[in-house]
Amino acid sequence: MAPLWLSMELAVTVAALLLVIGVPVAYWLAFSGWRFKFLLEAVVALPLVLPPTVLGFYALVAMGPHGPLGKLWQAAFGHGLAFTFAGLVLASIFYSFPFAVQPLMGSFEAVDRRLLNASAVLGASPWRTFCSVILPLSLPGVVTAAVLCFAHTLGEFGAVLMVGGNLPGITRTASIAIYDRVQALEYGEANRMALVLLVISFSVLSLVYAVNRRARRSLWTPWAAK
Amino acid sequence: MRSSTRNRKQTRKFVRALAAMAILALALTEAGASPFAARASAVQAAPGAALPLVQVAAAADLQFAMPDLVEQFRKKNIAQLQVTYGSSGNFFSQLQNGAPFDVFFSADLEYAKKLDGAGLAEPGTLCEYAVGRLVLWARADSAVDVAKDGWKTLLDPRVERVAVANPEHAPYGKAALAALHGAGIYEQVKNKLVYGENISQTAQFVQSGNAQVGLVALSLAVSPAMKDGRSWEVPAGAYPPIEQGAVVLRSAKDKVSARAFLDFVQSAAGRETLKKYGFSFPASAK
Repeated sequence: MAPLWLSMELAVTVAALLLVIGVPVAYWLAFSGWRFKFLLEAVVALPLVLPPTVLGFYALVAMGPHGPLGKLWQAAFGHGLAFTFAGLVLASIFYSFPFAVQPLMGSFEAVDRRLLNASAVLGASPWRTFCSVILPLSLPGVVTAAVLCFAHTLGEFGAVLMVGGNLPGITRTASIAIYDRVQALEYGEANRMALVLLVISFSVLSLVYAVNRRARRSLWTPWAAK
Repeated sequence: MRSSTRNRKQTRKFVRALAAMAILALALTEAGASPFAARASAVQAAPGAALPLVQVAAAADLQFAMPDLVEQFRKKNIAQLQVTYGSSGNFFSQLQNGAPFDVFFSADLEYAKKLDGAGLAEPGTLCEYAVGRLVLWARADSAVDVAKDGWKTLLDPRVERVAVANPEHAPYGKAALAALHGAGIYEQVKNKLVYGENISQTAQFVQSGNAQVGLVALSLAVSPAMKDGRSWEVPAGAYPPIEQGAVVLRSAKDKVSARAFLDFVQSAAGRETLKKYGFSFPASAK
């Protein structure tokens, strides 16, 4: 069961970091008027179409002692980035990036512009408008982003396989462990772990959809009634 | 009204993003097409277009020897070959579930034996076609010299990571651990070990510099990408032989052609080629 815990730990870390990074990126993408913005939107969506092993391979090269990330990390911490938990987190952040940015951007864009104008007219700074108008109204999007990142990282395989090195307790996540068991022809153990992973993923996803539904109702109804 | 304008605006934005992605994807495939295609399979066309097609599943450690073997066999005008490379364990699972391969070259004799035992192989075709050789390998710019120091390299403090294939299911991984135990350095080295899913990935770990030394297949160490590195062959007696087995599948469409290719690989010319690419042969079959 240790690989499952490791996967949970990785998924929670990645989801939290992606919210921190994703919110400003999504904000910029939603509100910037730059005409070539669509190019950046496409870049953000790239991990959706690139095979994870390809992404993982370039992550491995970038993290190596001859790659830019690897050099930086080596200088800062005195050891390489591949085969470490931090390395997995970094690869997963790239891999799950669109899953954070797209729902956030969608919900930011869906906020009624008249409310933003009203807020500005009333003298609120953009930061204040963001905190007290955009963010509360986008809560379902924030929750969706967090959960999608969590679930996507939980099931991540290719990128982790490429940069992880399959170290028990450090980089052997649930999906790697399951693959391992299948390779060793121990289908029983693989089935058990896959079942647990399935149950966790299903519970998390249904919880979110349930919460999201309620959040939308409780947020929208009082506001609309007033 | 308002929402329909917004919808249209969003649609336009989506189409633009899609177009951008399509162009990028095209550019990427254009750039990557030739090397990827060359790696995935060696399809032969033109001269033997009317010849029967034999689909070959080959272990990843054969990816440099096999194209040479295929090229020689092509000149015999018996069949066209289409080769797919992958992990022997994956092929084994796929073949049990009806994958359409005619000949299977496994990196592990056990998989071939199991297929034979399960009645999925053509009777009498199970054979041990080669023996894999294990080497310690490091990049040419590495600070350590595996060619000179052999096992001692692994104890060097500059070697922080040693890549091996997964010892639970990859044959070269099993051999690597057995050799480390045999050399009496497993306990000192075990915290440095990182595990590749298969022998190719293990080689990538070292070749990309993320691991300083790796225990890889000689058949990969002689490849164009790795032949500039330094290597030291682990003495054959230091680990149980990496016996590689092959079978013709019972479901093969053209069993005669499939058998012909398997026979060719075991012929003197076939063995000469395998030897050139870093394989040796079972003592019994000499």
